[in-house]
Amino acid sequence: MIYDKYKLSVKDKVLLVDVTGSWTIKDIDNDISKFKANLDTYEYESVQYDFLKLNNLDTAGAFILSQALRVNPKDKCDWIICNSDEGYSTLMKLVIASISCSASDKKRRWYDILTNIGKGTDRFFYELVETLAFLGQFFMVLMHFIFRPQKVRWKSVVALIEEIGVNAVPIVMTLCFFVGAVIAYMGVNLLAAFGASIFMVDLVGISVLRELAPIIVAVLVAGRSNSSFTAQIGAMKMRQEIDALKVIGLDAYETLVFPRALACIIALPILTFLGMMSGIFSGMLIAWMTMDISPILFLTRLNEAVGIESFWVGLVKTPFFAIVIAIIGCRQGLAVSGSVESLGSRTTQSVVQSIFAVIALNAIFAILFYQMGV
Amino acid sequence: MKRYHPVDAKGITTKFGRKFVHKDLNFHAEEGKITGIVGGSGSGKSVLMNTMLGLIEPQCGEVLFNGLSRKKLKRNDIRELNNSIGVLFQGGALFSSLTILDNILVPLREYTNLSEQLLRGIASMKIQMVGLTSEALDLYPSELSGGMRKRAGLARALALDPKLLFLDEPTAGLDPIAAHAFDELILSLKTSMDLTVVMVTHDLDSLLNTCDKVAVLINKQIAIIDSLHKVAQYDNPWVKEYFNGPRSRFN
Repeated sequence: MIYDKYKLSVKDKVLLVDVTGSWTIKDIDNDISKFKANLDTYEYESVQYDFLKLNNLDTAGAFILSQALRVNPKDKCDWIICNSDEGYSTLMKLVIASISCSASDKKRRWYDILTNIGKGTDRFFYELVETLAFLGQFFMVLMHFIFRPQKVRWKSVVALIEEIGVNAVPIVMTLCFFVGAVIAYMGVNLLAAFGASIFMVDLVGISVLRELAPIIVAVLVAGRSNSSFTAQIGAMKMRQEIDALKVIGLDAYETLVFPRALACIIALPILTFLGMMSGIFSGMLIAWMTMDISPILFLTRLNEAVGIESFWVGLVKTPFFAIVIAIIGCRQGLAVSGSVESLGSRTTQSVVQSIFAVIALNAIFAILFYQMGV
Repeated sequence: MKRYHPVDAKGITTKFGRKFVHKDLNFHAEEGKITGIVGGSGSGKSVLMNTMLGLIEPQCGEVLFNGLSRKKLKRNDIRELNNSIGVLFQGGALFSSLTILDNILVPLREYTNLSEQLLRGIASMKIQMVGLTSEALDLYPSELSGGMRKRAGLARALALDPKLLFLDEPTAGLDPIAAHAFDELILSLKTSMDLTVVMVTHDLDSLLNTCDKVAVLINKQIAIIDSLHKVAQYDNPWVKEYFNGPRSRFN
């Protein structure tokens, strides 16, 4: 049969393939790609290619021509080429030597979703246990350093405090200012209806000091610093720097994880304190502007109604948040494997897990403080 | 009619800050031959390769492909040109988030419109052409050894059947047996696919086995491009040291 680019005929169980024109990757069209399908109608035991009218051939074209050999796992049928120059024959030889039965395609099966749910559950518990184990290891190192404080890498701790703490001050204060203002506006509207607008001071004071400032700062640090811990340590892992550290005799825990955790523990309470001040300040401004509650009245009321207790309740949570954030960030960083993709997914996981952990921990603290009656 | 070289770098001057890397450098590769570039560490071999690939813009001079300057080409022609050039970077430079199959198919998918089944068949052929089995197709680059990664990188470089192939230290980090096998592979691909190869290498065995021509990069210029035998006789202390030193194969 004659097609545009080739002619097929069978003679004495030999398939004659008469090829015309250019057979390169750019020329492959419908006509050529149906080559294999067209062969199915023929009965033959060997193939003879005629390259007389062929003027260009590359590996892709040769690959399609080689499909005529009925490749199966055991063998290929015999073949010869006539009227061909040396280059095309060696190319055909190379290609035919390189083909085999093509590997099976991977297909998604219907029960994939079940497998994924199972894997996900398994993974959740695995991550939980590993994080707890990592936390335990942190406390071991902490004990070690408590007796030898001169061994702590203070230089890197200070540098990290600058990165985690000082550099985050503007964003933390701005955010807490906005949140304080929103709470104050809500309080004004609701409480004015009862003629009890002075209680907005209680609302702003308690909510900002006890909950909002610590949570907002922790979430911000989780997004800002925790992701950078994972990315830094993960990139080091990918370039075998962690292995180099180990071989030199340095512990990745003492050199990388501990300074970060310590810097977080120091920076987070300070940031939270600044956030609290900013939130209270904005509440005070709103109160003054909308309800004419003077700053002096505001502060007096704050002192009477809220007291120092709420301040301490808010602040005491932050070192725990700090440990959790730093530990999750560093653990995910160390868990990065060779690929870029794992670096990306570990960074995502690290932020998600640490925000989750901060909120869960905060809930536990709320129950604890309720039971304690503070 | 004058025959042009597949790649011809003329009067290349490259500066990083105030430091000259190349000063009025000339280099060419002859059609159908393997040209090796040697030079000390930091002499600017990789910079030269990157300049020819258009990754670094030289301060002066131009790179001609078959007599056409890259600078003067239009957008479509540059694409055409890039399709006719294959590159194997030192570490393979495989995309680590893709399987080997998808790595090889990146250029094929971009520039052709073929069915998935056919593409997979072609990729499987290419991977076997470079001496890997088709099981490697579904693995990720991080799951392969260094030598396998180089082979996979070569398969990707050959995906569109380039006429010109650049290799950056193809045998670095391979054991002698694997390095020899890689040399043989390059030689057989060169003959069967009619390739012109430019190869940056430090491997003396590899130079001896594969290269038709050797270019020596010293003092910011290509001092000589000639057959290995003639280059080894070249009167320059560095060249003498390089070819007649303790690790030489010419004694």
